[in-house]
Amino acid sequence: MNFYNDLLGISPVLIVSLAGLIVVILEALFKKGETISYFLSIISLILAGLFAIYTYSMYSTAFNGMVAVGGYASFFNFIFCVGALLTILLSKDYLAKRNINYGEFYILVLFATAGMMFLASGVDLIITFLGIELMSISLYVLAAFARTDPKSNEAGLKYLLLGAFATGFLLFGIAFIYGSTTTTNLKVISANFQNYQNDFLFWLGVGLLLVGFSFKVAAVPFHMWAPDVYEGAPTPASGFMSAVSKSAAFGAFVLVFIFGFNGTNEQVRYAIAIISVLSMALGNIIALSQTNIKRMLAYSSIAHAGYILIGLASANELGKQGVLYYSLAYILMQVGAFGVVSIVEREENKALNINDYAGLGHRKPLIGVLMSIFMFSLTGFPPFAGFVGKYYLFASAVQAKMTWLAVAGVLATLVSVYYYLNVVINMYLKEQPAEVLNNPEQEKISISSAFAVLISAIGIFIIGILPTLVTRYFEKLF
Amino acid sequence: MIPLSWYLFLSLILFTIGVLGVLIRRNAIVIFMCIELMLNSVNLALVGFSSYIGNEIGQMLVFFVLVVAAAEVSVGLAIIIAIFRNRLTVNIDEINLLKW
Amino acid sequence: MLSEYLPIFILMIFALAFASVMVLSNRILGPKKPNPEKLSTYESGMEPIRTARDRFSVKFYLVAMLFIIFDIEIVFLYPWAVTFDKLGVLGYVEMFLFIFVLLVGYFYIIKKGALKWE
Repeated sequence: MNFYNDLLGISPVLIVSLAGLIVVILEALFKKGETISYFLSIISLILAGLFAIYTYSMYSTAFNGMVAVGGYASFFNFIFCVGALLTILLSKDYLAKRNINYGEFYILVLFATAGMMFLASGVDLIITFLGIELMSISLYVLAAFARTDPKSNEAGLKYLLLGAFATGFLLFGIAFIYGSTTTTNLKVISANFQNYQNDFLFWLGVGLLLVGFSFKVAAVPFHMWAPDVYEGAPTPASGFMSAVSKSAAFGAFVLVFIFGFNGTNEQVRYAIAIISVLSMALGNIIALSQTNIKRMLAYSSIAHAGYILIGLASANELGKQGVLYYSLAYILMQVGAFGVVSIVEREENKALNINDYAGLGHRKPLIGVLMSIFMFSLTGFPPFAGFVGKYYLFASAVQAKMTWLAVAGVLATLVSVYYYLNVVINMYLKEQPAEVLNNPEQEKISISSAFAVLISAIGIFIIGILPTLVTRYFEKLF
Repeated sequence: MIPLSWYLFLSLILFTIGVLGVLIRRNAIVIFMCIELMLNSVNLALVGFSSYIGNEIGQMLVFFVLVVAAAEVSVGLAIIIAIFRNRLTVNIDEINLLKW
Repeated sequence: MLSEYLPIFILMIFALAFASVMVLSNRILGPKKPNPEKLSTYESGMEPIRTARDRFSVKFYLVAMLFIIFDIEIVFLYPWAVTFDKLGVLGYVEMFLFIFVLLVGYFYIIKKGALKWE
């Protein structure tokens, strides 16, 4: 591949980063540049998404085998563009509502997206590391974005401290793998995998990488930062962090563990399975007792990390496809659910309690229906995307002779029915609070946010009914 | 020639000190310093491996780690300043609005 | 192996000896006529008025943060400077792109007034 083809291959990343730089300049030049920045970010993300589709058939690696282009990378680049686009659409009116309407929000989302794209296409551990850091550092700032709100500051600090702590482990893992394989290139490692079977340093490195990645996807026992961070961060940013960045981490997880380490070995897969079961159990059970809806969604996102880990534990074709499909479905449902939360939320962290949703389905019929769709899909009811995704993941566990893992997944799903449906019941069957009925103008719905939420709901519906629309792109990934 | 294992043991010791520091210390700035210690112990391991193996990938990675660590520290300091302006403390036991 | 370090060792001994000879000879040979002005911390006559262990302005942190970033980025310039004749035009262009990205950040900082003290 020549240089220009390489550039074309990573064009989605280039477009997003360039747009980020331009927005930096715009923010510096204009005092009130938010609107321009907003539209520029949207245009650049659409453009990057189109280029991701355009480069889909390249199936290669660029820059001396450092990044994958086409196929797998294109799929992930595309879904990150979708996730970032929805986040940006949701955030404009939310930021105005919270009085933090600075264009820097868009810069950070764009840079984080660029980092995610690198993360999910890095065929070299150096790129994986750089991608994860570009993503994480942008997200730390996003979490602390409401800088006068102590809760947001606190979320940023906790995310940063634990994220940087996890980076240490990840990096030490990379160092050991480099030490034992003399390379950081996943293709080379995969080709010579037989030679490392009995290399202690190598497996130590794999273990440390597992710890690092588990932190990034917020899987038990490395989950403790997630609820605090998702609760304190500005709501659209919480959706972005909990869904899109998690998918990115899973993209890299699959790339490193399944393609790089050939699905690793029995012990590591069992370790992943145990992490998965713990995440599903703990996430779902603690979510039952939450009263704050952001915190509830945060704990449920830990459980969803557990579901996706099933695909990695089974490490077969179906599992791989399950991770990919679920990543897209999860981005749509989680960003959508957080989107509804951001619409309902009022200034100064109000209306975040699940009780505040009482009667919402009658006051705002459209928002009520959309929220119900997200809740049903997150639970895994057919015909929504969450069901198909879970089906793939559980089926992969059965195929890999880990039926107990699939059973655990189904049981965990049953538990989750309670708290997801609790929101729906609140919206439709509970009395409306009198104070809200008396001042209806308190709950204004912004059009762009509603539009974003509507798109996610339609997306969930379409890929839920016609999963082949997405899955046919999984047949050839490299 | 100093054997590779010495570098690795030193690196592991430093890394462990860093991890313990993060877990035990309560001042956000000190926790940061411990995280830096962890990252730098990795750098030591990388350089050790690099000279032992005889290729330069490890040394290259060290540059990236340095820069990333600097960026992380900058962002960290910025967040700590924001917290200090709002709360007048950097003790993470007092930063507990959200259930830790 | 260790013999390679011998010149450094000799240098260190010389440095130590030189420094101690200078300090000692000053002590022995120099005239001593102390007065209050001379004994104060700064001989310029400025009285140190309060403890130096004081909180200093948070603005210093801002400057320190920016300094760290721009200081560390230089790390990439050294390997490039050593090998840039072998990297060809592409390496040249890439490094300029890198510096351009830094310049964008610098431009942003200046325009936002992060370097203004007031």
